[in-house]
Amino acid sequence: MASFYGFEPQNPLFLGTAQYPSPAILGEAVKRSGAEVVTVSLRREAAAGGAGQAFWSLIRELGVRVLPNTAGCHTVKEAVTTAQMAREVFGTDWVKLEVIGEDDTLQPDVVALIEAARLLCDDGFKVFPYTTEDIVVGGRLLDAGCEVLMPWGAPIGSGRGLNNPYGLRTMRQHFPDIPLVVDAGIGLPSHAAQAMELGYDGILLNTAVAKAGDPAAMAEAFALAIRAGRIAFEAQPIEARDMAAPSTPVMGKAFLA
Amino acid sequence: MTLLLNGASRDVAARTLAEALDELGYAGKIVATAVNGAFVPARRRAECNLSDGDRIEVVAPMQGG
Repeated sequence: MASFYGFEPQNPLFLGTAQYPSPAILGEAVKRSGAEVVTVSLRREAAAGGAGQAFWSLIRELGVRVLPNTAGCHTVKEAVTTAQMAREVFGTDWVKLEVIGEDDTLQPDVVALIEAARLLCDDGFKVFPYTTEDIVVGGRLLDAGCEVLMPWGAPIGSGRGLNNPYGLRTMRQHFPDIPLVVDAGIGLPSHAAQAMELGYDGILLNTAVAKAGDPAAMAEAFALAIRAGRIAFEAQPIEARDMAAPSTPVMGKAFLA
Repeated sequence: MTLLLNGASRDVAARTLAEALDELGYAGKIVATAVNGAFVPARRRAECNLSDGDRIEVVAPMQGG
């Protein structure tokens, strides 16, 4: 298994914690998936409300690592400040760095992303950048100090799966030794399996589990698909070909024509 | 003075960020703070003097993807 800044999960599912029908169902989904890392966020807290305090108690009871995100940030300054606040609140130097460039697709602003990544890496953060499958951008992020890359599969929440399998395969081949996680756009366990079959090291998803009819069951289905995809990659899949090749031996077939 | 707390106007007697958080009901809560867009670590709140019109952000853990 890949090492994410020294952490080697048995189960490389990074599970989001938003949009579940209830906190109890979120807890069930985390347990049933076996996820060892969950993503979390920061939002304004009303003095009287205390919703954030209750949520944080639930996450701590689950005993999993947290990966705070900078979701919704559109500028370098917003993302860096959010990361700094997250480090203090969550007590981790991990950050899932999102700098959004466009609201219809939630596509990352890769220029701002690289700049924010450099500032945060220099400040001691362990940055998990939400990026595209662009390998030049990936190289710049590594230059900035990132040791993990997280290309999107498809726009966040779209459930479309891997929009550009060729680009993701290219990225895998270009960065053979860098931990790569497909983050966003996954809709079905088969999408996750496909990414793992390409040699990806992990999957980050939220909506596909949280909005399923039975989130806990779907979380387990994703865990199984990720495991299947990883084993398949290690087992070295055959190359696809255009024409048939009989699997049953032709030699020795009875002549019956 | 009047502060903009999470986007809403609030009148406070406090002079520092630490005092303002106490006065506004955040004592003992797990929150992070920023003043005018810049992060203020918990250990610096007592020495962070506020001015009229300052924008205070108080955030806490929340669900995220």
